[in-house]
Amino acid sequence: MPRVTSISGRIADFTGGVSAFQVEARTVRALMRELEGRFPGLGDFVEDQMALAIDGEIFQDALGAEIGADSEIVLIPKIAGG
Amino acid sequence: MSRMVVNATVNGEPVEFLAGGGQSLLDALRDELRLTGSKEGCGTGDCGACSVIVDGRLVCACLMLAPEAEGTRIETIEGLADNGHLHPLQHQFLEQAALQCGFCTPGLLMASKALLDRNADPTESEVRYWLAGNMCRCTGYDKVVRAVMDAAADLRQAEKPR
Amino acid sequence: MSDGNQGGVNLKVVGQRPIRPDGVDKVTGRAQFGADFHLPGMLTGRIKRSPHAHARVVSIDTRAAEKLPGVKAIVTSADFDAGAAGEVEAGESHAAMKEVAANCLAHGKVLYQGHAVAAVAATQPEIAAEALDLIEVTYEVLPHVIDVEAAMAADAPVLHDDMYTKGVTPKPGKASNVAAKHVMGRGDVAAAFKAAGVIVEGSYETAAVHQGYIEPHACVASWGADGQSTIWCSSQGQFLVRAMVAKILNMPLSDIKVIPAEIGGGFGGKTTVYLEPVALALSRKCGRPVKIVMSREEVFLASGPTSGAVMDVRLAATKDGKITGAEMTLKYQAGAFQGSPVNLGLMTAFACYDVESLALTGYDVVSNRPKVAAYRAPGAPMAAFAVESAIDDLALKLGMDPIDLRLLNAVRDGAKTVYGATVRCCALVETLEAIKASPHYQTPVGKGQARGVAAGFWFNVGGESSAAVHVDEDGGVTVVSSNPDIGGSRASMAMMAAERLGLPIERVRCTVADTTSIGYSGSTGGSRVTFATGMAVVEAAQKIVADLKRRAAQTWECDIAMVEWKDGVATCIDPAKDVKPLSMKAIAGKSAKTGGPIAAEVSLNAQGAAAGFGVHVCDLEIDPETGRTTVVRYTAAQDVGRAIHPAYVEGQLQGGAAQGIGWALNEEYVYGKSGLLENASFLDYRMPVASDLPMIDTILIETKPNPRHPFGAKGVGEVPIVPPLAAVSNAVSRIVGRRMTSLPMSPAKVLAEMAK
Ligand code: FES
Ligand code: FES
Repeated sequence: MPRVTSISGRIADFTGGVSAFQVEARTVRALMRELEGRFPGLGDFVEDQMALAIDGEIFQDALGAEIGADSEIVLIPKIAGG
Repeated sequence: MSRMVVNATVNGEPVEFLAGGGQSLLDALRDELRLTGSKEGCGTGDCGACSVIVDGRLVCACLMLAPEAEGTRIETIEGLADNGHLHPLQHQFLEQAALQCGFCTPGLLMASKALLDRNADPTESEVRYWLAGNMCRCTGYDKVVRAVMDAAADLRQAEKPR
Repeated sequence: MSDGNQGGVNLKVVGQRPIRPDGVDKVTGRAQFGADFHLPGMLTGRIKRSPHAHARVVSIDTRAAEKLPGVKAIVTSADFDAGAAGEVEAGESHAAMKEVAANCLAHGKVLYQGHAVAAVAATQPEIAAEALDLIEVTYEVLPHVIDVEAAMAADAPVLHDDMYTKGVTPKPGKASNVAAKHVMGRGDVAAAFKAAGVIVEGSYETAAVHQGYIEPHACVASWGADGQSTIWCSSQGQFLVRAMVAKILNMPLSDIKVIPAEIGGGFGGKTTVYLEPVALALSRKCGRPVKIVMSREEVFLASGPTSGAVMDVRLAATKDGKITGAEMTLKYQAGAFQGSPVNLGLMTAFACYDVESLALTGYDVVSNRPKVAAYRAPGAPMAAFAVESAIDDLALKLGMDPIDLRLLNAVRDGAKTVYGATVRCCALVETLEAIKASPHYQTPVGKGQARGVAAGFWFNVGGESSAAVHVDEDGGVTVVSSNPDIGGSRASMAMMAAERLGLPIERVRCTVADTTSIGYSGSTGGSRVTFATGMAVVEAAQKIVADLKRRAAQTWECDIAMVEWKDGVATCIDPAKDVKPLSMKAIAGKSAKTGGPIAAEVSLNAQGAAAGFGVHVCDLEIDPETGRTTVVRYTAAQDVGRAIHPAYVEGQLQGGAAQGIGWALNEEYVYGKSGLLENASFLDYRMPVASDLPMIDTILIETKPNPRHPFGAKGVGEVPIVPPLAAVSNAVSRIVGRRMTSLPMSPAKVLAEMAK
């Protein structure tokens, strides 16, 4: 199953301290749904404010991106810049 | 507000405009004559974005009062190209990518023109010190200095008797 | 992409140095910047600002000002839609709109000197100024706090009584100035330090510095009686301005048209709004266009800057120089509202190095300073200053060449970053080697001089972009870009289109569209335009090529597979057909007969941006009498993927280096005891001028093009401001004989250190 970790302590505000867990989702959209279902508020927070690294590649605002069966997903702060 | 009539020559043309006693030449150029090529970066004489040439002298238009322009000959960026032909400085700034945002460019060009008008063959450090009153935040000045020196060479070449 | 990434072969336009399409306008004074617009009936807007660092606004009395003849409108935060909330993409983080609104016009409290409290629109600038004096604001002055560590203290005056530190469990029971704590890391840091052959550590600080764009913020806003409004402004993103103004004034997006003016520099500082909602609120009140232009003093007091920082770093390494673990704590000023780029500082701090164990902690701290705005690689330069200084200490301790030490630890493709990304198409090693082999590094250091080296990293981003390509009836082409051109992007857009279409660059022009004339785009920032908008341009050009081929096939009554497009000409490769090639001009001239106008628009969300790496080397000398540092030689090398227009890429490196040198040596926000800024002018806030700098040599590394961009481009604008702080300070430290830990290294500070 895909594994989710976060480099932002902010998610602990939603998960009650849990910082790594497994998910069923196979797309980013499904992941958001799943996060929101498990930790109310987290899905929306991640969708609005965070980016993802899926197996080492960064995705921003890419709900359609696919997640593999053994993917490593890292929730990271959104990156913009100057 | 009392305003006075000012007569001057701007880019070779006689102009007449109304100026408030405390109005700067820069505001008069921009707001009364709509010559918005001269820019305001500070209004305090520190950035040179407003550089114009008055009676052959390089001045910060933001520091000169508009009424003081009475009877003067003013050169602004709008008059640098000659009938649609770019001045060698303008040409070199484009060739060398000596501008990024271009906001400092009118001032830098006028200041550089004032330099080349009196020194046809400036050294790098003469260019750097002359332009020290013209801030550019984008380019780091490297390409600006090169463009000015190459324009000076172009001008010297053009002056040479054939 | 079939012929994308041609490895540099056969590229005819990309890689050349043509004159930019908007060049003549910019050297003749014709280009229209934000303050250059003039509309009939236009009023002058001015802003009343707080004289205090921290105060409660007890009352605002505008009655006397309203009576002044010529005053047409006055607004306060009550004129903003109080319910305005939600988030819009902005700068390095997501600024809460309520806070953006409260920054544009203070709500209840003023949080820094210069914080806007009211605004007036009048028929003359003098009248507007007089009206400001007549607006009476009653303040209850509150204790203030300026410095980041003082703001974190338990007894500090609290700016926002509803701010509880995020990112700590359990949730704190008491409000504080620490908006958030960020923690990231990996591995076993304690073990790394226990096993270390060498440990270096240090504490560092940097001052808040301003982006320093020469053009002050400026806009004109005009409200229509039916609500449809137009804003002309200088910003890094017309769509961002539209979104923020719509939220703050509670308007539908489609009622606001934002026309991007030419922009006189931004560097991240123009990725938010200060004036636009105020000007439109004024215009809404009186039905006339309102222009507001900031003075330079207002720019310093109430826009920008970037965070000052306090940092601790500790490195564990083996005896031969392999860094095995690191600890770092960053405390970044956010200004009056939360949202410093501290998390980006943490993510970038060690991004150049392959370090197994990391423990990184960051604090986002508010204080009575202007709200920080993004500044070129937001958050990265200060963190890099600390890390690159520590690495320099390590090199000294081990007696190693600073480049060799960095080569030993450099990230390579496949390395894992602390933030979860895997390093790919990375040319850091090549960039380090290029500096090592450079004429500069190969030349012995001059007498009385010293040399400093440092590296830097920036992610670069992609994101949403739109672009259109229109073929004119005579076969020329117009590219419509969605991004304000801040440093030559019209040139790179036109070049990429010309390359793909097979046209000479003179046949391709580029324009920047307003919010009603092109699809949405993210801002010009994050070094994303050449990458993301460039991708949209190339895809649109690709569609045009497909369309041109289709039309040629139709004309020749042949299979489209038999049509080849090369150098702007369609050729039929079917030997059975005896037809003459069709030029762009020939096809365009007959477009009505082959299906109508030839145009394509592409909107996309670009993924696959590639990070950039830079290495700088700096030689300098110090006048022992005055303590003044003079940089005498400087070289910047950068992993750029592929340079579309190399001259403008070099310009990014040179401009970034110059800003970084200013940050290292002179620039800083100086506050007095009463919490007021003491140097809000160019005279006192000392940015580098031409006589302060040498030529800045550049080396563009193009060995690792980004395979996700049609021509291999990586973002280039931000990386170059990351290395200079440490490159300069590493050299200064050599001369002073002691580690310089505090920026700027002003002459007084240097003299004091030398005297120790
Ligand atoms: S505007 Fe005149 S010197 Fe800056
Ligand atoms: S080109 Fe932007 S300030 Fe000089």
